[in-house]
Amino acid sequence: MLQIMEGSHAVAEAVRLCRPEVVSAYPITPQTHIVERLAEMVADGDLDGEYICVESEFSALSSCIGASAAGSRVYSATTSQGLAFMAEVVFNAAGMRQPIIMTIANRALGAPLNIWNDQQDSLFLRDSGWMQFYAEDAQEATDLHFLAYKVAERHDILLPAFVCFDGFILSHTFEPVDIPTQEEIDAYLPAFNPYQRLDAKKPMSFGMYATPDYYQEFRYEINAAMTRAKDAIRETGKEFGEMFGRDYSGLVEGYRLEDADTAIVALGSICGTIKDAIDEMRDAGEKVGLLKIRSFRPFPAEEIKEALKGVSQVAVLEKNINIGSRMLGAVGLEVKDAVYKSGIPVYSYVGGLGGRDIRKKDIKQLVDWAREGRNDCFFGLREEVL
Amino acid sequence: MSCDEKTCEFFEPGHRACGGCGPALAARLITRATGENTIIVASTGCMEVFSTPYPETAWKTPWIHSLFQNAAAVASGVEASIKRQGRDEKVVVIAGDGATFDIGILCISGAFERGHDITYICYDNEAYMNTGIQRSGATPYDASTTTSPAGKYSTGNQRPKKDLPAILAAHGSPYVATTSIATPKDLMDKVTRAINTEGPCYIQVHTPCCTGWGFDGAKTMEIGKMALDCGLWANFEMVDGEIVKSRKVKRVPVEDYLKSQKRFRHLFKPQPNEAEIAKIQAIADRNAEKYGIDIKPKK
Repeated sequence: MLQIMEGSHAVAEAVRLCRPEVVSAYPITPQTHIVERLAEMVADGDLDGEYICVESEFSALSSCIGASAAGSRVYSATTSQGLAFMAEVVFNAAGMRQPIIMTIANRALGAPLNIWNDQQDSLFLRDSGWMQFYAEDAQEATDLHFLAYKVAERHDILLPAFVCFDGFILSHTFEPVDIPTQEEIDAYLPAFNPYQRLDAKKPMSFGMYATPDYYQEFRYEINAAMTRAKDAIRETGKEFGEMFGRDYSGLVEGYRLEDADTAIVALGSICGTIKDAIDEMRDAGEKVGLLKIRSFRPFPAEEIKEALKGVSQVAVLEKNINIGSRMLGAVGLEVKDAVYKSGIPVYSYVGGLGGRDIRKKDIKQLVDWAREGRNDCFFGLREEVL
Repeated sequence: MSCDEKTCEFFEPGHRACGGCGPALAARLITRATGENTIIVASTGCMEVFSTPYPETAWKTPWIHSLFQNAAAVASGVEASIKRQGRDEKVVVIAGDGATFDIGILCISGAFERGHDITYICYDNEAYMNTGIQRSGATPYDASTTTSPAGKYSTGNQRPKKDLPAILAAHGSPYVATTSIATPKDLMDKVTRAINTEGPCYIQVHTPCCTGWGFDGAKTMEIGKMALDCGLWANFEMVDGEIVKSRKVKRVPVEDYLKSQKRFRHLFKPQPNEAEIAKIQAIADRNAEKYGIDIKPKK
């Protein structure tokens, strides 16, 4: 049933339906409404789990590792500085192969201090071994939690995942969202069945140290699991589509790409604005399309190559900056690699940092710039301060 | 797995600790006391490195290590999870002094303030030992370490040991105790008491380190005993923040203890540094008063 809900509350509902046994989180804007709502659910008995009010993000994810290793399905949420504070644990959770799901309400990193949206926070952890999913709207943010748990907990995957949704733009905005019933989610997402757990009846050592004789093989295994996750996402996304009518079998999603000469590539909520801008440009006879990347890790290079094979140029809209790199954004760098052999030019345009608004006219400008071959630049800068 | 409590070992030989390692002995005594129904949470440190080189492990009970500073937070999650599952294992942290006094104190403070039913045991070898004997917040006054070296203008570490038992007692811990590997029965009794006390309990075990302190590994127990006898280490128990019991000693001057270890040898060369030795004696005297360890003469 469709309900008008704040994005954060839709995510909290999704988390409740996943039946986490332990929730551990520290409040930080703009993630706060998610954990406040989960705390209310626990207080009211609507969520039957332990809620740990930790003293920091560092302990939030650390306690998730402990709870997950002991055999519970666990959940956390954070953003920006909180995620940066957790960074050491982020790598460690993946290295220990704990299928922890964490919502990231994407927000800029300081300094200067800024609470508004961009995607620098999750993208800076792209090599941590976590899957990274990006939602366009509250519905997708909701649904990706069900998918994330299902993929993460598969015994052939066992990787943690970020479900990323844009801070404020999605977290604090009210939208119609279809929240499945508990029975429906129980049918889709089985109870947590840990591959192995801390148990006095069957003692095992977790998180040992590995010498040069063994360490490299652990990294190999994580990478192999991430590669396998592509098929796992396709399968579980298809299954979700069959059950709920919203198909997530693609790691990317095209919009009016079929005969496009120029493709825009983006992650997250900006894809909605891009679709509107494309509709207007299409009405004006311009052949423009969108390629939305839903899974940034694992990175779907084959799908991107396939989806972009007919275009003449690609404009990647980046809400992050890859400081000091030849290409300005982290997304553009990987898209360029995906289409490298085709020779299609890929341009990286950085904007929307720290919550700067991106409008349809900006999108149109990017398309013009890409057609002119203008490369790697910021858009929407306050030129008077340069 | 079941075994006779008196003979069963849960920390097995064949690990890679130095001969005469105090922490290894502590691990053996602790796990004898905690028994089979225990989950051990470790921090990065000497013990983790010498006892768990993949694919080997010396631990016969479930054991988890995540990072240097998060053992108390990991233990919080383990406890929440097993509570939720209705399981009854004891959750016991074993972490070194660097992980406890310094980098991990945020996580420990959080776990104690939240009141998790865990026992946190710090094996205190008074420096960062596995990375090359650097100073920690547990390093005693005037000890020479690689980051607090004695030199022309320094007599070694210039700060006293951080009073962690008092800090954790101030968190409302129902049971805080100190003990030593030199008093094995006391150690095991306190561990047993802590794991059977509901709430976050803290035990600090004095674990002489032959490599870091510079003494013959055959003398570990003897050095531990000397620390107790001179009052630089006191064995005591705090219940709900009050000291309720101390191990009484007929105290001897600190000199012999200092002379027994290379970390203090600068205090005696080329001649005894009377002023500094007096300061260390004053620390022992304050301990004696604070923890009530002196045997009072009979009237």
